[in-house]
Amino acid sequence: MREITYAEAIREALCEEMRADSRVFLLGEDIGIYGGAFGVTKGMVQEFGEERVRDTPLSEHAITGAAAGAAMTGMRPVVEIMFSDFLTIALEQLANQAAKAHYQFGGQVSVPMVLRTAGGSGTGAAEQHSQSLEAWVCHVPGLKVVIPSTPYDAKGLLKSSIKDPNPVVFIEQKLLYRQKGPVPDPGQEYDIPLGVADVKRAGTDITIVTYGRMVPRCLEAAGKLAADGIDAEVIDIRTLVPLDKPCIIESVKKTGRAMIVHEACRTAGFGAEIAAVIADSEAFFHLDAPIRRVAGLDVPIPYNPQLEASVVPTVEKILAAAKDLLR
Amino acid sequence: MVSTRSRKAHGVEASLGIPVETLRTIYTRMAQTRSFEEAAARLFTEGKVHGTAHFCIGEEATGIAVCAALKPEDRITATHRGHGQSIGKGMRLDLMMAEFLGKETGYCKGRGGCMHIADFAVGSLGANGIVGGGIPIAVGAALSQRLQRSPNITACFFGDGATSTGSFHESVNLASVWKLPVLFVCVNNMYAMSTPLRKQANIPDLAQRGQAYGIKSVSMDGNDAIGIYLAARDAREYVRENGPMLLVLNTYRHMGHSKSDANVYRTKQEIEEWKKRCPIKRMRERVVAEGVFTSEELDAIDAQALSDVEEAVRFAESSPSPRIEEAERDVYREASR
Repeated sequence: MREITYAEAIREALCEEMRADSRVFLLGEDIGIYGGAFGVTKGMVQEFGEERVRDTPLSEHAITGAAAGAAMTGMRPVVEIMFSDFLTIALEQLANQAAKAHYQFGGQVSVPMVLRTAGGSGTGAAEQHSQSLEAWVCHVPGLKVVIPSTPYDAKGLLKSSIKDPNPVVFIEQKLLYRQKGPVPDPGQEYDIPLGVADVKRAGTDITIVTYGRMVPRCLEAAGKLAADGIDAEVIDIRTLVPLDKPCIIESVKKTGRAMIVHEACRTAGFGAEIAAVIADSEAFFHLDAPIRRVAGLDVPIPYNPQLEASVVPTVEKILAAAKDLLR
Repeated sequence: MVSTRSRKAHGVEASLGIPVETLRTIYTRMAQTRSFEEAAARLFTEGKVHGTAHFCIGEEATGIAVCAALKPEDRITATHRGHGQSIGKGMRLDLMMAEFLGKETGYCKGRGGCMHIADFAVGSLGANGIVGGGIPIAVGAALSQRLQRSPNITACFFGDGATSTGSFHESVNLASVWKLPVLFVCVNNMYAMSTPLRKQANIPDLAQRGQAYGIKSVSMDGNDAIGIYLAARDAREYVRENGPMLLVLNTYRHMGHSKSDANVYRTKQEIEEWKKRCPIKRMRERVVAEGVFTSEELDAIDAQALSDVEEAVRFAESSPSPRIEEAERDVYREASR
C-alpha cells in the first residue's frame, strides 16, 4: 500500500467528499491560496474555486455559526478552526447552537457540519496555541468528537464525519501532520464508522487506552515493554464521542490492568471518563491493580522546549507507569 | 387623514400601495400575537407554565410586518421575544401554545419551549435563547441560499441588546464581505433587559452599526406596521440584488423583559406614553380612515383571533406531556445520508 502523510490523507478525504457531494464546502481562515496554516487544504481552491473553499475574516464565532446555519439548510460545511485553542471563540455557536438544534427543535432539523481543528503541543507555540481541549467538547451532548492518530484513520474518519448528520468536532494533531502511513489508493473506499475503537497492538498483560498523538508513543512504549517480556494491548479509541466502551471493557477483562494516556491536562481530562467507564463495568472485578492515568500536567503549555516536552506524557513516563502497574 | 376608497391595481385590490389581503394578514397576525401573549400571561398567572416567557406586546408590528413582506420560501431566525416573528412567518397558534406549555404536540415536542421554537417547514429556523446567537445562523442560511442559487433571502431578527455582542459584529461583517442575502432586522425596544440604550451604545442611531460594515442601514418607526411592510418589501428586493441590509425598527415593549421583571428601571409615565402608540391601534385607525376596513370588520378579526387562541389553549392543555422515557431521544440524529 502507498504511504501518504496525515495532512495529505485529510486533504484526500476533503477532496473526495467535495467531488462526490456538491453540498460539501469548506470555510475557514487562510484555507484558500495560503492552503491552511498547516497546509492541509493546499491546492484545493485551485480545484474547487473560491465559492467552495472560502477564506473568511478572523471570526471564529461567526464562521462556526454560519456553518451551523448552512448545515441546517441543506449544506454540508466543513469549518477549519486554525488552532483548537480558538474553540474558545467558537464555543457559543458550537455548544449552544449547533449541538442543541436537533434536540431543542424536537428533531425537526439536523446539523451535518464538521469542525476541523488542530490540537496539541510540541510546536513551541506556547500557552495559547498548544492546548488539548477535547474534554470541553466531549461534555456537550449533541457533539461527536474524533481524534485520529494515523493517516489511514484520519482519512476514513473524516469521510465518516462529513457524512454524519450531526456536528462533529474533528481534532487533528499538529505533530502528526507530516507522519506517513499506509492509505489505500484514491477511489478505494474504506469505511471507519464513528464510535469504533481500534486495537493498534494486541496484548494480554496490560491495556493502554489512548488516542491522538499519544498513540505512537504508547506503541513505542509497548515495543519496549515487549523486550522485557510484557505484552501490552494498545487501544486507540479514535472517537471520544461516541466511545467504544465494549472494546475497552473487554480488553481490561482480559488483561486485568488498565492505563490511560493522553496529552490533555489530567484534571477532568477525558482519561477520567475512561477510568470511570472501566470502574463502572464488570471489568472492575478483573482488575489486579488500580486504574492509572498518564496525562499532561495541570499547567498551561510553556514556551521553553525542555519545559514544553516535560509537561506531556513521554515514552519514558508511559513505560515507567506501565512497569509500576505490573509490579 | 384623507379617506381614499380601496381600489384595484393589477387585478388585486389594493390600498396604501399594499394588497388588501396583505393588510388583512398583517392586522390579523398582530391581533393573534396580542391575544396569544395575553393568554400566555394569564396561563402564567394561573401557574400553568414552567419556565419564563418574553412578550412582544407593543412590538407586534416589527415581526409581523417584516414577515408579511417575505416570501414563504424566505427564512427567518427569531429572538427570545419571537412570538410575533413566529406567527408572522406562518407558524400555527395551537402548536406554538402546546410548545409553550411543554407538550409533546408542540413544535419542538416540549423540548425547547417558546425561547427555542422553530418550524423549519415554514422557514422559521428557530428562536434563540442566546442574545445575538441566531445572527450567524441566519448568515449561514443565506450562504446556503447563495450556494444553492436560490432567489430567496433570510431575515434575521435581533434586539438592540444584541448589537453589542461580538456575534452581531462578526456576522454583519461576514455577510457584508460575502454579499449574502440577509435582511438584518434590529427590533430596538430601547432596553437590553433593564439597561437603556444610552448605556449600551455611544451613538444616537443603531443604524450606524451597520454602516460601519459597509451595508445599507435604515432606522425607522417600529410601531408603524404599514410603513415597516413597505420598507421591508423594498429591503427584500434590495437584499436579493445587493447583499445585506440593516433595518432598525424603533419600538417599545409594554411588558417587562420577562416574567420576573418588576419594571423598576423605567417610569409608568414612559410606559403609558408608549401604550398610546400601540401598533395595533395605530394600524386600525389608519386602515379605517383609509376606508380599507370598517371598525366592525376589524372587531370581527379581533374576536376571531381571540377564539383561535382560546382553541389553541384548549388544544395545548389537553395535549399529552412528553414521556420521561424519551428524554434522551433526538440528542443525535441517526446516521442515514
